[in-house]
Amino acid sequence: MKEICKMTATALKAAMEAGELSSREATEAYLTAIEEREKDIRAYLTITPKTALAQADAADKRRGRGEALSPLDGIPGAIKDNICTKNVRTTCASRMLENFVPPYDATVMGKLSGIAMLGKLNMDEFAMGSSTENSFYQITHNPRDLSRVPGGSSGGSAAAVAAGEAAFALGSDTGGSIRQPAAFCGVVGLKPTYGVVSRFGLIAFASSLDQIGTLTRDVRDGALLLNAIAGHDPKDATSVKREYSDFGAQIGREIRGMRVALPKEYFGEGLHPEVKEAVLAAAKKLEGQGAEIVETSMPSLEHALAAYYVISCAEASSNLARFDGVKYGFRAEGYENINELYDKSRSEGFGREVKRRILLGSFVLSAGYYDAYYKKAMQVRTLVKRDFDRILSENDLILSPVAPTAAYKIGEKIDDPLTMYMGDAYTVPVNIAGLPAVSLPCGTDGAGLPVGAQLIGKPFSEAEILRAAYVLEKEAAI
Amino acid sequence: MKPNYEMVIGLEVHAELKTETKIFCSCSTAFGAAPNTQCCPVCMGMPGTLPVLNEKVVEYAVKAGLATHCRIAPFSKEDRKNYFYPDLPKAYQISQYDLPLCSQGYLEIECGGKKRIGITRIHIEEDAGKLVHQPDGGTLCDYNRCGVPLIEIVSEPDLRSADEVDAYLKKLRSILVYTGVSDGKMQEGSLRCDVNLSVRKKGAAEFGTRTEMKNLNSFQFIGKAIAYEFRRQVEALEAGESIVQETRRFDEKTGKTYSMRSKEDADDYRYFPDPDLVPIELSEEYVEQVKKTIPRLPDERKAAYMEQYGLKAADAENLVSEREIADAFEAAAKQTKDARTLAHLILSEGFRLLGAGETQIPIAPEHLAKLADLLAEGRINNATGKKLFAQLWERDGDPAALAEEQNLWQISDESVLRPLAESVLARNPKTVESYRSGKVQAMQALIGQTMGAAGGQGNPAVIRRIVEELLKQ
Repeated sequence: MKEICKMTATALKAAMEAGELSSREATEAYLTAIEEREKDIRAYLTITPKTALAQADAADKRRGRGEALSPLDGIPGAIKDNICTKNVRTTCASRMLENFVPPYDATVMGKLSGIAMLGKLNMDEFAMGSSTENSFYQITHNPRDLSRVPGGSSGGSAAAVAAGEAAFALGSDTGGSIRQPAAFCGVVGLKPTYGVVSRFGLIAFASSLDQIGTLTRDVRDGALLLNAIAGHDPKDATSVKREYSDFGAQIGREIRGMRVALPKEYFGEGLHPEVKEAVLAAAKKLEGQGAEIVETSMPSLEHALAAYYVISCAEASSNLARFDGVKYGFRAEGYENINELYDKSRSEGFGREVKRRILLGSFVLSAGYYDAYYKKAMQVRTLVKRDFDRILSENDLILSPVAPTAAYKIGEKIDDPLTMYMGDAYTVPVNIAGLPAVSLPCGTDGAGLPVGAQLIGKPFSEAEILRAAYVLEKEAAI
Repeated sequence: MKPNYEMVIGLEVHAELKTETKIFCSCSTAFGAAPNTQCCPVCMGMPGTLPVLNEKVVEYAVKAGLATHCRIAPFSKEDRKNYFYPDLPKAYQISQYDLPLCSQGYLEIECGGKKRIGITRIHIEEDAGKLVHQPDGGTLCDYNRCGVPLIEIVSEPDLRSADEVDAYLKKLRSILVYTGVSDGKMQEGSLRCDVNLSVRKKGAAEFGTRTEMKNLNSFQFIGKAIAYEFRRQVEALEAGESIVQETRRFDEKTGKTYSMRSKEDADDYRYFPDPDLVPIELSEEYVEQVKKTIPRLPDERKAAYMEQYGLKAADAENLVSEREIADAFEAAAKQTKDARTLAHLILSEGFRLLGAGETQIPIAPEHLAKLADLLAEGRINNATGKKLFAQLWERDGDPAALAEEQNLWQISDESVLRPLAESVLARNPKTVESYRSGKVQAMQALIGQTMGAAGGQGNPAVIRRIVEELLKQ
């Protein structure tokens, strides 16, 4: 057997089913790995060894009786810290929720019941950021190069999977927060169609864009995990009423005749030549397997980023208003009246980036500015959707870069929010349109850092996306 | 008061819906529970929780809309109204902004004649919690009410007097109670009213600047607040001042209104569509289905009472104001020969005996009907009718048996009444004298005494005739 902490969840599952490995062994191996590597990586905000081992033992017992709870029963995984876990602190990497212990589980946690939960993963505060440097608690280091960021906001999730500190992780993706760190750390990130996975229990950043997704070692694991967490939830009005068949069903099928679109705007100015080269090489590999590569155009792309920041900040300004120091979470000291309680608690409880976005969002919704910003952004949103509709009615998939560069140095961009925002240009359109997309490693740059490719599909076409991604994964490995 | 001003009033009425559960979660809406025992992570706005719309809320709001002749929107949505206050745990209220569920309706009031009052819109929203200020200066939050469903019913500025406001609110309340949409209990805050009031010279085409008085929760306070605010505005205008558009608070103790905040410092609520909820789309079939569940409404009943029983408009209006009373009247009316007498019994005696907020008449319909018959047939007189009504109220039974038992039948026999009258006149020569010298009202005293001598059971008409005859002799 391979080293446990390098195995995929699928392989762990097979080994457990074959009786070659117990959940306890796997979980202990991961806890040991965490102990060894955390001082360098710092992916975890909370580690839950007792819970993990108890869950592992319970899973082993179930397996012994042939009663596995789910395909992921007993597999050691970890959860981004904006997903509520009953009786386990959930901070959103914010001082605001430093001591917040939810009395309820997110719906996805119920769906994953049976896993051995190793702990809660670092992120940009309230998922706002692209480098995980906006965490109130700690900076997570990219396992591929410790001097670099792991990406964000699900940087802890990507780093933990890449470093062998978790077999899989859940993340959330509002504008690229799963796909970009997956690309930076060289793992597979899957952002499902909006509404496929329940948002109940995901602490909202921007409700119309947020979607829980997976970070895994390979494409097949992505399907395995999505199978577990997808499905309609009566507790989330935006979750889609739909039955899903196996998302991995098409994995292994050839892609001959598949039409893969390359919109030229994704390959324009701002894209690092080495990233461009790697993604175009991926296109060649798909072509080599019989896919038809189609050059196309997506004119709305240049407006998508601005629209994204208007919409996401607007929603965030309202979603984060509940953190007011009254009921739970951080409350500042030394206030004279209720307004001071609000002002001080929110000023001290939120970090700079969160405050910046709340201000932006409040501004674009305010009387006299609503039409010029929020309403306009919603119109752009319609345009972006139309562009995608058009391209995806003529093609099966879109192939693009995930980010303009590979992982950058810690501290390199943190004082330049605008440049940081520009890094989201290739990922946000997918959220604006509610589409599914996967990010997977397609090569390395000159420094040997992983470069990601993004495959975007029609709504509910996760199985097709994963089919093509699997082909690319195999080709890229060669 | 200068007589040449008129008031222009529009109302915003918040009615709590009678649903079992809250608007976005499954917590109970029951009133009066211990603080914070009827809330959950969803209505508390805990991180990560999401609202899911209770379909009953839509149904009830549509019912209210249909009962007030509104247009029901095939497409509407819910919006967030953002503001910070400790009774609002999410720091936004889910309401409806530009696309309400119902619009363009009206209802009819009876106030010195029939008048139609326009209803601009009806929308759904969630209630906030309640703050309890402690004597030591602290404030406690009770979130039981948080998420209780409300409809807000906004009228056109069609009301011109406190009496019209009173008539409108009573009519609206009765419609909401009839349809089962709300229990209409003002004392429990089920119905609350914001009054927008401006004044203008009679005949003026333009409206004046208005003020808003918020959260009035009794008919009495609404009347007082309107009277005060009207006078305040007229006096200000007469003194050459202008009215400031502002929100004013009515103080129940002083009976005055006080400025709370002007338009300039008004909150910017930053309304935007709630991304956690999907638009509300209603088919014509759905609306038709709801329509079928609406019972006969007050106006229809009122018209029927006037036509079938010859009741006066005002009497019919009063009878239909409460569904239970109207139901009791209808059940008894079917069994009596004289529904007008029955109506007057209920309107005078019933309304007198009903306590505030009570609507249950504790007399069986057949007994009410029988009592009306006894009166109509002249077998008992009015005074006895009242007496028996009060007795039945305490302990229900057969009024004829009661009358028999106490020997309360009306005495119309002249041979019994005439000697009584003669002896009264004989005992009161002064009164007789003053009548004959022109004091006509003196007769009333003699009639009253004769009635007394007859143990209150004399036939008043017969007594009057006898006394008149005796006085003329």
